[in-house]
Amino acid sequence: MTDLTDLGIAGIRDGVRDGSFKAREIADAFIVKVSRAKALNAFLVETPEHAIAAATAADTARQAGETLKPLAGVPIGMKDLFCTKGVTTTAASHILEGFTPTYESTVSQNLWDAGAGMLGKLNMDQFAMGSSNETSAFGNVISPWKRNDGGNASLAPGGSSGGSSSAVAARLCPGATGTDTGGSIRQPAAFTGISGIKPTYGRCSRWGTIAFASSLDQAGSMARDVKDCAILLEAMAGFDAKDGTSLQLDVPKWEAGLSGNLNGLRVGIPKEYRVDGMPEEIEALWQQGIDWLKDAGATIVEVSLPHTKYALPAYYIIAPAEASSNLARYDGVRYGIRDLPTGAGLQDMYAATRADGFGPEVKRRIMIGTYVLSAGFYDAYYTQAQKVRTLIARDFERAWETCDVLLTPTAPSAAFALGEKSADPIAMYLNDVFTVPSSLAGLPAMSVPGGLDKQGLPLRAADHRQATRRTRRAERRARDRTASRIYRATRGLVVT
Amino acid sequence: MSDYRIQGETGEWEVVVGLEVHAQVTSNAKLFSGAATAFGAEPNTQVSLVDAAMPGMLPVPNRECIRQAVRTGMAIEAQINKWSRFDRKNYFYADLPQGYQISQLYHPIVGEGAIDISLDEKNPDAAGKRIGVERIHVEQDAGKLMHDQHPTQSYVDLNRSGVALMEIVSKPDLASPAETGAYLRKLRSILRYVGSCDGNMEEGSMRADVNVSVRKPGDELGTRTETKNVNSVRFVMAVVEQEARRQVEVLEAGGKIQQETRLYDPDRNETRSMRSKEDAHDYRYFPDPDLLPLVLDDAFLAECRASLPELPDAKRARYEALGITAYQATVLTAEVEAARWFDALLDAGVKPAAAANWTTSELFGALNRTGKDIENSPVSPAQAAELLGLIADGTLSGSLAKQVFEVMLETGDGAAKVVEDRGLKQTSDTGAIEAVIAEVMAANADKVADYRGGKDKLFGFFVGQTMKAMGGRLTLLW
Amino acid sequence: MSVDTATVKRIASLARIAITDEDAARMAPELGNILGWIEMLEEVDTTGIEPMTAVIPNTLRLRDDVVNADPLTGGGIREQVLANAPVAEHGFFAVPKVIE
Ligand SMILES: [Mg+2]
Ligand SMILES: [Zn+2]
Repeated sequence: MTDLTDLGIAGIRDGVRDGSFKAREIADAFIVKVSRAKALNAFLVETPEHAIAAATAADTARQAGETLKPLAGVPIGMKDLFCTKGVTTTAASHILEGFTPTYESTVSQNLWDAGAGMLGKLNMDQFAMGSSNETSAFGNVISPWKRNDGGNASLAPGGSSGGSSSAVAARLCPGATGTDTGGSIRQPAAFTGISGIKPTYGRCSRWGTIAFASSLDQAGSMARDVKDCAILLEAMAGFDAKDGTSLQLDVPKWEAGLSGNLNGLRVGIPKEYRVDGMPEEIEALWQQGIDWLKDAGATIVEVSLPHTKYALPAYYIIAPAEASSNLARYDGVRYGIRDLPTGAGLQDMYAATRADGFGPEVKRRIMIGTYVLSAGFYDAYYTQAQKVRTLIARDFERAWETCDVLLTPTAPSAAFALGEKSADPIAMYLNDVFTVPSSLAGLPAMSVPGGLDKQGLPLRAADHRQATRRTRRAERRARDRTASRIYRATRGLVVT
Repeated sequence: MSDYRIQGETGEWEVVVGLEVHAQVTSNAKLFSGAATAFGAEPNTQVSLVDAAMPGMLPVPNRECIRQAVRTGMAIEAQINKWSRFDRKNYFYADLPQGYQISQLYHPIVGEGAIDISLDEKNPDAAGKRIGVERIHVEQDAGKLMHDQHPTQSYVDLNRSGVALMEIVSKPDLASPAETGAYLRKLRSILRYVGSCDGNMEEGSMRADVNVSVRKPGDELGTRTETKNVNSVRFVMAVVEQEARRQVEVLEAGGKIQQETRLYDPDRNETRSMRSKEDAHDYRYFPDPDLLPLVLDDAFLAECRASLPELPDAKRARYEALGITAYQATVLTAEVEAARWFDALLDAGVKPAAAANWTTSELFGALNRTGKDIENSPVSPAQAAELLGLIADGTLSGSLAKQVFEVMLETGDGAAKVVEDRGLKQTSDTGAIEAVIAEVMAANADKVADYRGGKDKLFGFFVGQTMKAMGGRLTLLW
Repeated sequence: MSVDTATVKRIASLARIAITDEDAARMAPELGNILGWIEMLEEVDTTGIEPMTAVIPNTLRLRDDVVNADPLTGGGIREQVLANAPVAEHGFFAVPKVIE
């Protein structure tokens, strides 16, 4: 019998349905694997009982001859940005330490209603701010991939959904939720050779999901392939009256709509994405993607998105501005930590709590956001950024006159080593150069694996199946595993 | 209209006043959550996860709150903005769980309108003035802090947090305490007619921020101060008077007025600087990204307009056209409940002038005496109409009607029933009365002598005896 | 764009984040760099362009005026509201005494 944790979402779902295995066997296999993969630090909280309860429900339903729910028997990982009833939720920030929601986010509730179970809460960049998972208050997440240079550098799993990407890539769960504000699903998916979809803004409810930047935040799915992502997203998405920006539209049957036939599809190649100094390898990979799509019947057209280079600066005004306000509620009064220096008044308590509770990157963004909104600067920064945002959205509108989708690289570089970019905020921000424009326009975007990194040497997927001990030993084992079925991590492709 | 001036040492000063009135919108649920709005509940029992700003919570607006703001705007003939938007006002305070108040700065739902005020009830049209309203916007109320429950802690109750407010901002058109009071009373009256706010100032349903500045006649506007959260008409008028006087003193002593937030202390009848809020001036307003633009369609606006009642000015004009005096019309329309009661009386077919006379003197007098509001008047319009009918057809004299009315107030019975039960029909048989008087005088010859000797007080005794002998049927004809 | 230490401290105070003089001094050039970088936006001609108000062509939905229609957004849940509070007493949240 194959290792059950090699199965993806579709494989598990179908196998549970046709009785190839029991949901409980699946849950147990992943639970064991999660418990043995602590070295990756992908999980902040493990919730085996949740996964087992869902599996038992699936098995009972099948035994009773009932129609199984869409995700019956599928255990998943839940990014810690989603509030989960009775399960600690921190957004990987010290400021929310000990916070146990009394409510369930709409997205997670939708998944439980579809029969899924939860293996645990996934680590992430603190408040979803970061591109490497190094801003978590609870330690870096490590990618299961290794460079094949003989070195042992720990690689970044991308961010902010780095716990999700690492866990899926390491087969700790067949799928995971992610959230994407400026690339936080797509970039980590690209770094770890998995697939990730950020749907249209408003497709997934934001209710119960801890906010970073409200006009950009969107939940999505992360899994090994597009089909699994589609299945997961169908269960997550849907109109929610509790979210004023929720789209009042039926959820498409994405899984049923999948086909390899791209006849008649017009694929746009935005010329402005050929940025100066783009590595030849990415160029080549992009060309390969173009060829694949051509082979599948698509027509390729060049399009222009003239305001592309302004997307990132606009994003780094809008997102921090919204964040500075969204994060004002973390003040030590109603939840999370409270820092009360002796003799401190209310405002001192706020300042102490927030200084202690927020990590450096979160503080940096709150500071930027506070600055750009402050008296005298609002129009020059915020209003101008929102105008540029209109222009960026208009660029896409114009492009849709000649094409149906766009094909671009996801990230400008391969997965970098932990610590490699964390000293330079702007260098880190530049990771999102290709993902941010579609975020600003609220458009759906997906990252799919495109191949292996030549120069960065082969990357390897982790497999912790046999790792009974921890850390280094587990990591070493991970390197021995299945390089052959690994996708090139960094060079994903974005289809907008 | 106002020639209100402050006499300073350097000459006369004018006062310039603008009011920002926060009026709690009448609705069952809060502006952005489904928690109840009722006054006086146990602490934190009317708080949703949204109102407590738990992580991941989102606002969804209550249609009724929007509707009430639009109806209010229509009632003051204001511009209704079909496209408006909510903004966040960012500041940190323990009564503000989100760390921002959702309000409307850049694109309020209601634009410019006006309210006509009058300083002379007897001659309302001659002493009228039109006060401009700059805007009305919708926003969230904050929670409440209690400072006196614990030696070192303040307690936070979020029951009010998220309740819908309308902020009604006047232009700086008010020039005296009297005008300011008249404006506030008129605004309150309109809100209560519309039904968009109960106007209950003791419960905090209406609070005013009072912006005051002074200047020499003809000068540019002076620097203003804002005295926050003043919660009665009397206090608002006192703030205008005290603050203007204080500013004149400061300026005449060569000082400058700081643009600042102040607080009114009713015990000392003075305003004080609120230093605690001083650094909060940079509110970093920006559009709330959780809320899309609010777009009102024509059907919604049509329904709002159709649901508006007759408003005080229109009603007063109608009453005057019916032959009611201007003074009475003003008094009858000042409070919506009185006007409603009076309209019902008119609907019952009573002649307007008689109805107005009786209502403003007899009914209002009785209510005043018994400390009752017209909403719980023991005498209904139908009962009053019956009483006035008995007067009109001569069954009851004016004075007998007064007695009947007294009984009605006490028992809640109808006029005809009181008359019937007590046999209080008017006797016009003067011969019978004279005979009784003769009997009374014969039986009390000694007292007659005393009376004639100058004991005037005995007069009442004779009346009483005569009435007793008549079985109470004698009305006071003298 | 140069940002001085005093500005950093003013912004930190507005954002209610306690900051030491050293941290403010360290952060000043860093913020200056980031702000300098985003000021690239100045070069975009935005005359006649409306700032974006809604990322998807959608307008605000309004809900009915019904109390506790959805338990997730309704009241009457004091235990839940106070469940995570660092200090809650007698049904209130408690904070250091505020002098108004
Ligand atoms: Mg004010
Ligand atoms: Zn206000």
